[in-house]
Formats: sequence, C-alpha cells, structure tokens
Amino acid sequence: MTLTSGDKQGNSQASETERWASLIGGGAMVLLGLRQASLRGVLTALAGGGLIYQGATKKSTIQQAQDAIGINKPIKVEKTVTINKPADELYRYWHNFENLPTFMKHLKSVKVYDQKRSHWIANAPLGNNVEWDADILEDRENEFISWVSVEGADVENSGFVRFQKAPGDRGTEVKVVLEYNLPGGGLTAAIAKLFGEEPEQQIGDELRRFKMLMEAGEIATTQGQPSGRR
Amino acid sequence: MKAVCWHSANEVRVESVPDPTILNPRDAIIKITSTAICGSDLHIYGGYIPTVQQGDIIGHEFMGEVVEVGRGVDNLKIGDRVVVPSTIGCGKCNYCQRDMWSLCDNSNPNSYLEEKLYGNVTSAIYGYSHLLGGYAGAQAEYIRVPFADVGVVKVPADIPDEKLLFISDAIPTGYMGAEMCDIQPGDTVAVWGCGAVGQFAMISAYMMGAEKVIAIDRFPERLEMARKYAKAEVINYEEVNAGEALKEMTGGRGPDACIDAVGLEAHGVGIEDFYDQTKQKLRLETDRPHVLREMMVACRKGGTLSIMGVYGGFVDKIPLGAAFNKGLTFRMGQMHGQKYMNLLLQLILEGKLDPSFVVTHQLPLEQAPHGYQIFQQKQDNCVKVVLKP
Repeated sequence: MTLTSGDKQGNSQASETERWASLIGGGAMVLLGLRQASLRGVLTALAGGGLIYQGATKKSTIQQAQDAIGINKPIKVEKTVTINKPADELYRYWHNFENLPTFMKHLKSVKVYDQKRSHWIANAPLGNNVEWDADILEDRENEFISWVSVEGADVENSGFVRFQKAPGDRGTEVKVVLEYNLPGGGLTAAIAKLFGEEPEQQIGDELRRFKMLMEAGEIATTQGQPSGRR
Repeated sequence: MKAVCWHSANEVRVESVPDPTILNPRDAIIKITSTAICGSDLHIYGGYIPTVQQGDIIGHEFMGEVVEVGRGVDNLKIGDRVVVPSTIGCGKCNYCQRDMWSLCDNSNPNSYLEEKLYGNVTSAIYGYSHLLGGYAGAQAEYIRVPFADVGVVKVPADIPDEKLLFISDAIPTGYMGAEMCDIQPGDTVAVWGCGAVGQFAMISAYMMGAEKVIAIDRFPERLEMARKYAKAEVINYEEVNAGEALKEMTGGRGPDACIDAVGLEAHGVGIEDFYDQTKQKLRLETDRPHVLREMMVACRKGGTLSIMGVYGGFVDKIPLGAAFNKGLTFRMGQMHGQKYMNLLLQLILEGKLDPSFVVTHQLPLEQAPHGYQIFQQKQDNCVKVVLKP
C-alpha cells in the first residue's frame, strides 16, 4: 500500500509527487507518507489543506546527524482493529479524550480545555510524569481525528484515528497511527520505557482494550485472581 | 480455598490459594460441586502446552452453584445451579454473535501472545495456559466466571451432577466433532480416540444419521465402552493395522468422515511413532500428528476430517498430497459450547442422553494428583475422573 513498495517501475520522483498530490483529500493517504515523512508534518499539511512533499520528506541535516547517532528517532506505530459497533458510537467515545485513559494504560489523565486543545499526562518510570498540550488538527465527524502536541511538549507526539465502515455487518475498522519524537539526552531511555519495549504491541493492546470496552462493556482481566505461585 | 496447581511436567499439587473475587461487572463466582479432568488437561499435565506457569490453577470442565454475581449480571442469582462452558465468550463480538464462541475476540487479555503465534486471538479457556487467557481453572473449590451473563446454563436441582457436568465440555466437543462431518444418511464415521469426547462424538454421529460408527483405540476397556454405550464397531490399532481394517470394514472405500478425538499426544506404532516421540521430546515439533496422518490416508475420496483433539503448535510430515488429491475437507476448532449446551441439556432432561457412563472414577479434590496419574497412565481402567471439591 505504500508508495515506494508499490512503485516497481522505477518512476521518477516527480511522478510520485504527482500521485501524492492526487491522493490528497482523503484520510487514507496520510498512511502513505508515514515511512518517508514525519506524521506531524503530514497531518499539519493535511489540516492546512495542502502538502509540500519536498518539505515533508527532506530531512534536515541536523536530523540526519541525530539519526546517525541514534537519538531523536521517532517511534512510529500503526495498528488497526475491527469493532462490532457503528462508527459514530466509537468516534464519540474517542473524541472525548478524557475517556482515553480507560483503555490506554500509559496515560494518567487527559484534560480537555476546549474544542481544540487538551492537556495530557502520562505515567513515566520512577513515579515521574510526562505532560504535554495537544491540539486537534483535523476533525471529521464519525471519520477522522488527528492531533499534535504543541511547542514545548515533554514528548513531541502526533497521531490520528480513523473510523471506517467494515465490509458486511462487521462494524467499524479503527486505525490508529501514532508518532513520538523522543528528546535526546538522559531522559530518552526512561521515556522509551514509558512507551514499552514494543510500541506496536502496546498500541495493539490498547486498541484491543478499546474494542473490549466498546463491545463487551468491560476489559477482560486476570489481574488479582488466585494462583498457587509463591 | 483448595485448588489444583500445576508445578512441572507430570506434577500437580493441591494447594491453599486465595478465594477468587469479582474483578469485572459481568463476573460471577461459582462454588464448584463437580469438575472433571479432561483429556486435554493431560497435555498440560505432561508439559506439552506452552505458557503454562508454575502455580497455575488448571481445569475447565465444571459445574456448581452461584455464590456471588457482579452488578452487570442480571440473569443469575445466588443459589442458581449452573453448568459453565469451558471456552469463555463475551457474547457481544462478531464471532460470539455468529455462534462461534471459541473464536471470541474479547475474552483473552493476553491477546498479543496468541496474535504473535497464531496471527489472531481466540477465546480464552479456563486454566489452559496464558496463551489462552491465563484465567484460573476449575479444579478448585471456587472459580471466577467472566461474562457470566452469557453462555452459562442453569440446570434443574433434581438431576445428579454426573448427568450434567459434561455439557460443560466433553459432550459439546463430541457433538461439534460429529456436526462438522456433515453426516448424510448411510455414512460411516470413524472416530479415533475412545475417551469421553470420542464416546460422545460416536453417539452424536448416530443421532445425526450415521449408519455405522467405527471406534479406534488401544485400550480394551475404552473400546468395550464404545461398543457397549456408543454401539460402535471397534479397532484396536495395536492388534491390527487400523488403515487396512478401515478399508475392509467400508467396502474398500474408506470412512466417509473421520473424527480426531485424540490430539497432540497421539500414539502410533513402529518407526513413525518413534520419529514423532523423539522430535517432540527434542522440541523439534510440538505436536504428534499420528492420527491426522492416518485419517488423511484412510478417509474416502471427497470425505471430511473433523479435528477435535487439541493441537498447539507445529507438526511434521503431513501427507498433504493424499489430502489434496483425494479432495478432503478439513474442519476443526475448539468447541463452541454455548451454541450446543441448551440443546444437549434438553436431550439429557428428556432421557435421550445419559453421559454418566463415562465416569470411571470419583475422587475428592485432594486426590487430584492420583487422578491425573491414573488417567495419564490409563491405570485401573481409568476413562474419566470427576473431582469433588
């Protein structure tokens, strides 16, 4: 599904750009850019109604240098789950970001300030918190919400969730894409732990819990049950 | 409370553990009156099921009395006598709503483990490894039953446990095994394994219109049970070549459908058995597919293989060419107990089915280690052990 892997003809960069331009307008093409560009850039461009491909994909020399020494590497994950509920119901629950900690274990709380801005607090190792403000970038009712952290966030991050009707009577396909830009320096390792050794798994687990909550009304658990372990 | 805890291969202990509590709104706590050792528990006992941890409470075939309900359960009350299906289904996901309860999306909290290994998540099963949910099992005095508002079957008070207990697991498993054969009038169905599931598969096959049922095992007492109660013709594969015998008994065609009620610890004879036993011990394959191989070769052209015995991982040397060229249909899976239990209860209440004949041993819970040993070793003519907490 990505542009690069699908393009085996060796077409020029220009034609890729054209294809990109033609794709703008839907939500799905955001995914296409993920492997080349920063999610934040793509989301911002989308919300702004246009996308400058060069700008979004060309890395700065500083970032290239950071990549080379292994810091400031964004963690980028995407995961989809099908939920046996109509899109509007799922969209409504998600759209109130204050609901997210019910199934996102790493979040301590989310406070919604207004239509656009919210404040996020996540649990960090050793009893620390990391906090940031986020703004909704684009919001299409029952379909798509994207958000991005504002300047000065402890952990720069951005993401979107897309709700799409599943074929047949299977409910709604919910896709989440998240990107975290970890700051350099000593905090990095601690914050990396915050998002788990395997971010894909963490997001997958969170989506599974979202599904359980929406379908079964509760999240399956075995925490606190008896066993013969010493 | 007292509970049977797994410690290592071939070692279970009865230990004192904390009582279960309500953890979620749709939970109920059941005081167990009867719980069986299932043949598939022997795979855990033997150490063949991955992600079983030291101290895990095992067991999944049980019935009892409701002693506590969560605030989300409005169809059960304290004192209700119930049988609980061994596979845990939420009742709300797409699979549960299509009556495929063992494929439930929502009951396994350890879904990432299973998704990695199997590509997707299936329902949890009580006391059957952390891969399948990590829920505490039923060989205990009490058990927490999640999603107790769906699937749990209320039963009358005046029928003994031994007639009702097996609608928790063994009877629906056998019934589903027969149902998946799509039996047509006049069909011959061969069943590998004469434990409880095999017996109920044979009885179900007749109920569904089979003309002849053939039972394959190596223990005379189990074959005798199949002959006497399930009206099967029998093959002792240690005395005769099962494949050749099946051909002779079916006019050279082979059985129309074959049911595997054995699973991953199948025994064979000769070099092939040696190969599987060795590879399994060396962890080069997880499951011994002897019965699968034999079924693929024995089945008639265009026939059906119905696999109810449990498989966990990877098998070697499967004669797929035989299956492909003969156009066989494979059907398999953990049983969808909730789909069948009310029907089966009805058959029992009407006197059309009395499953209590499979019980050869009743033991107090404390004697579970002995029960596991005699069931595994097939000592003392053991076919089915019921534990009484």
